[in-house]
Amino acid sequence: MNKLQQVFSDGKAFIPFITAGDPSLDITERLVIEMAEAGADLIELGIPFSDPIAEGPVIQEADYRALSAGTTTDKIFAMVKRIRISSTVPIAFMTYVNPIFTYGAEKFMKNCQEAGVCAVIVPDLPFEEKEELLPFCSEYGVTLISMIAPTSKDRIRLIAKEAEGFIYCVSSMGVTGVRKEIGNDVEEMIKIVKEVKDIPCAIGFGISTPEQANKVAQFSDGVIVGSAIVRIVAQYGEDCVPHVAEYVRNMKDAIR
Amino acid sequence: MSKGRFGIHGGQYIPETLMNAVIELENEYNFYKNDPEFLEEFTSLLNKYAGRPSLLYYAEKMTEDLGGAKIYLKREDLNHTGSHKINNVLGQVLLAKRMGKTRVIAETGAGQHGVATATAAALLGLECEIFMGKEDTDRQALNVYRMELLGAKVHAVTSGTQTLKDAVNETMREWTQRVHDTHYVLGSVMGPHPFPTIVRDFQSVISREIKQQMLEEEGRLPDAVLACVGGGSNAIGSFYEFIEDKEVRLVGCEAAGHGVQTEKTAATIATGTLGIFHGMKSYFCQDEYGQIAPVHSISAGLDYPGIGPEHADLHDQGRAEYVPVTDDEAVEAFEYLSRVEGIIPAIESAHAVAHARKLAPAMSSDQIMVICLSGRGDKDVAAIARYKGVQIYE
Ligand SMILES: Cc1ncc(COP(=O)(O)O)c(C=O)c1O
Repeated sequence: MNKLQQVFSDGKAFIPFITAGDPSLDITERLVIEMAEAGADLIELGIPFSDPIAEGPVIQEADYRALSAGTTTDKIFAMVKRIRISSTVPIAFMTYVNPIFTYGAEKFMKNCQEAGVCAVIVPDLPFEEKEELLPFCSEYGVTLISMIAPTSKDRIRLIAKEAEGFIYCVSSMGVTGVRKEIGNDVEEMIKIVKEVKDIPCAIGFGISTPEQANKVAQFSDGVIVGSAIVRIVAQYGEDCVPHVAEYVRNMKDAIR
Repeated sequence: MSKGRFGIHGGQYIPETLMNAVIELENEYNFYKNDPEFLEEFTSLLNKYAGRPSLLYYAEKMTEDLGGAKIYLKREDLNHTGSHKINNVLGQVLLAKRMGKTRVIAETGAGQHGVATATAAALLGLECEIFMGKEDTDRQALNVYRMELLGAKVHAVTSGTQTLKDAVNETMREWTQRVHDTHYVLGSVMGPHPFPTIVRDFQSVISREIKQQMLEEEGRLPDAVLACVGGGSNAIGSFYEFIEDKEVRLVGCEAAGHGVQTEKTAATIATGTLGIFHGMKSYFCQDEYGQIAPVHSISAGLDYPGIGPEHADLHDQGRAEYVPVTDDEAVEAFEYLSRVEGIIPAIESAHAVAHARKLAPAMSSDQIMVICLSGRGDKDVAAIARYKGVQIYE
């Protein structure tokens, strides 16, 4: 059984995102463990990419920091294995298709299985191109997460029908980043998904405050927060762990 | 499922947010490419506004000097705005207008594509914003001012390596922010389907004209066609009508920067590996982990870590060959053509001229070579002067 199922089994899920290796892999390791303790239901770990086209400035800079610190895909796999000594928290990778393709999709998914990474989120791999990775995901029990966006319209049914694990609902147009307002389309998008398939829907892009999280949790199954956490990491650097843990605790409380 | 393939290359690797936009673009393009009214307006703009057909000029002095093949220059530098970029841009901006879009955005390297887009937007009454790497806004400062004169807003991109690839990243990000009224005028035969096909179709006027002009002048096809390759639009435009004519040698000239054995290079076929980036599967300069390499070329227009998917396939098939040309060789060719023929080529086009200087002497005098002179060199004069150690203020 894939560990993703436990993510949504205990009320609304809180899913924090951090970039692996920002500011160092040692800190990432501690962040994952502490965020799990603080109530995170699934950790979304970004494998940094030189050209993250779906990312706003906050996560772009985290990617540059991680890459300049010498972070590589192999070092990230090794770190996840170290985490597994003390924590069973579900982990998903978020990265772009090129780091997976060039590393070797089969080797990548095999390593995910061995390290206990249960899912991958690949923002530049749309429905039409998923065969690029899906056969290897299936072979090694890694779930390929589908995304839907405010522009998806008639594509929502198509995507939902074949989706597995959960659906990543992009709340707003544009790239990742903290936003004052979360779009209204997303509630309607989730309704359409649920007509087609009984699958959890988590909302991401733009969410930063407990109030926003509480609001979107009313009509979704989980809340994904990236830039707001990466901003805390950037602000406190090596000392970020307790600050991030406190943030995660507050956010999880807001959606309980 | 997956669309827009050239062999194993191409495809549509983009965020879900953009998928309906590229599907809409494909549908509209498939309609308009057969619409007589659209085609008439496009042809009329090419001929009466951009100055087509462009000359096919017999470079007699260069031919004599090199002592080999008879050399013709396809004078895309004489087009309005000074390069081949206008061919694609007039087509795409016209298409955007028919699609009901009111705003166009574009990336630019050397600034030629940005200037062409700003020009077409001014002419056809669309709002225009251009994204250009900070390093390129510095080395091509005059083109920034030109775009602003034409009414465009220019954004200097400070992320990543601050060159062409980052300008593409930023334009894609902007497109995901605002697709309903905005068309992304991609400047080369790259990106997600249908861009490589649309841009190739609009640029193939170059080889259609070469073929006709060559048959009129010489009564036969050329033996070799040379063009520089950044993303590959002037090259595919020059090659396209000859792909089925197997006897015509097709040669793409890539920017080798300081040399293919150094890290300061942008020669994708020579140093790249298979990857997936900017919406397409193709060859890219990258490391073993798929991080895109910070490439280098003296030419802002060729300073790109990838190559269009149709070129990648022509390379796989062995139908076209791709050769590296260094900064030094390009600068020498820039000076050479200026002196010998009185034509100052764009530093991009000078890469093709440089390779011609090696290839022509090895061919016989009854053979014919065509070089695509993709743009004029006015924009490069100050930068080349600086490269040579001469201080000039623009
Ligand atoms: C004059 C000129 N030639 C060539 C290029 C390279 O583009 P492509 O390979 O798409 O023709 C550029 C790009 O800026 C250019 O300005």
